[in-house]
Amino acid sequence: MTTELKPKLAVKNLNFYYGNFHALKNINLEIPEGHVTAFIGPSGCGKSTLLRTFNRMYDLYPKLRAEGEILLNGQNILAGSVDLNMLRAKVGMVFQKPTPFPMSIYDNIAFGVKLYESLSKSEMDDRVEWALKKAALWNEVKDKLRQSGLGLSGGQQQRLCIARAVAVKPEVLLLDEPTSALDPISTAHVEELVHELKQDYTIAIVTHNMQQAARVSDFTAYMYLGELIEVGETDTIFTTPRQKATEDYITGKFG
Amino acid sequence: MISLYTRRRIINKASLTLSLLAMGFGLFWLCWILYTLLHEGAPAISLDLFTKTTPAPGSQGGLSNAIIGSLTMALGGTLIGTPIGILAGVYLAEFGSKGWVAPATRFINDILLSAPSIVIGLFVYGAVVVHMGHFSGWAGIAALALLVIPVVLRTTENMLKLIPTAMREAAYALGCPQWKMTLFITLRAAKAGVITGVLLAVARILGETAPLLFTALNNQFYSNLNQPMANLPMVIFQYAMSPFEDWHALAWAGSLLIGLIVLGLNVLARILTRQQGSN
Repeated sequence: MTTELKPKLAVKNLNFYYGNFHALKNINLEIPEGHVTAFIGPSGCGKSTLLRTFNRMYDLYPKLRAEGEILLNGQNILAGSVDLNMLRAKVGMVFQKPTPFPMSIYDNIAFGVKLYESLSKSEMDDRVEWALKKAALWNEVKDKLRQSGLGLSGGQQQRLCIARAVAVKPEVLLLDEPTSALDPISTAHVEELVHELKQDYTIAIVTHNMQQAARVSDFTAYMYLGELIEVGETDTIFTTPRQKATEDYITGKFG
Repeated sequence: MISLYTRRRIINKASLTLSLLAMGFGLFWLCWILYTLLHEGAPAISLDLFTKTTPAPGSQGGLSNAIIGSLTMALGGTLIGTPIGILAGVYLAEFGSKGWVAPATRFINDILLSAPSIVIGLFVYGAVVVHMGHFSGWAGIAALALLVIPVVLRTTENMLKLIPTAMREAAYALGCPQWKMTLFITLRAAKAGVITGVLLAVARILGETAPLLFTALNNQFYSNLNQPMANLPMVIFQYAMSPFEDWHALAWAGSLLIGLIVLGLNVLARILTRQQGSN
């Protein structure tokens, strides 16, 4: 599979600052299309920060800035001229804690879709069903679409959030520790889902769980103190890492 | 030497006793007030109270003009003050993270919130009554609106700030513009809390006398908003200070009415906040 990798996202000389704190140091990385790339590393190493540059989430807060280039389909998304809302339509995100909106399950999905498309009632019904099926939630909620999304269990809520992100039909899905608040069964559901979704989407996932990275990803990037230490095929990283630091972290000698 | 466990148990017992005593102390006065209001006011409650206007001493009458006046002015003040308070609260919580406008607004609002209501009354007297040339219901509404704004503003801001950042980020991550996020997500999530703030503001202005003293004054009859307007607090004040027994009875009845309405609004507010919590 190494023969025809097309980079969906290409990070070039990326530096990121929280005020004076230099959080990401000269990152260079390519995220191949149609695959899952996992980011691992100890807390505070910058993996979530890196993920949040891909949809420019950091723009919400003052004093944060990124330098360098991140190319999405060859276009620099860090350029000032980029329409953030359109960028976020292409790059969806799911967060650590499930964040259903205070509305019905149906409206949770429809909300994002309505931002970009005006669908008829039946088209929207189809889209909601499609997204919920993609997120493996349809069978559990099909009879209570009008009930509040807040009434679902944590694992269901997280899959609802995934469905919400998928419904907009993004090209890239960013998952920021999507299972850290979930029980093992819900985690397994979400991991299966990642497998399914990579047929259609490019996925970047941040995780603290090494086994999870090994299970779900095709490529793994190990980060430490704001630097990208090593990136490569997941099998290689987990069996024969080139760097001693990576090996130490993966084998649990530190971190 | 007593064991750690025993010490903790003693401290626990002592804290529990003290807080129960504090609660009992508060409840004691509340119950006494309610008992007095019921005891003195209940006998004067009759149909006449709601159908007849405030009487001359010695003649039959009720409080209907004062009830209608109070409700009208409270409604007017709420209708004017609520949108301003909510919009300003939304600005402070969602949009005012940069610059000096938000901190300045918050500071001024705090002053307004703690300003004695008689000062508000005097201000409206100078700003409205003097220019109109006479007391009026409109001036009363203006004074009450000024009392509503800071309460609603403060609760709206606080309730919106309780909404987790994660919810906002989730909306932004979908590419949602800020105004849509505010309107459809955070305000919606904070709905019960915001309504609670409005209810508490209504409860507050229903019992206010001082701001009406210089603005709406009082009226023996039904009136429109361009004339001085009767209201429960002023009637209670006037009747309770009078030497006439039948006026005293009406003052007690009016007090009971206000007490029950305010109590009801507070209970409603509590119920709504609880629903917010269970979400």
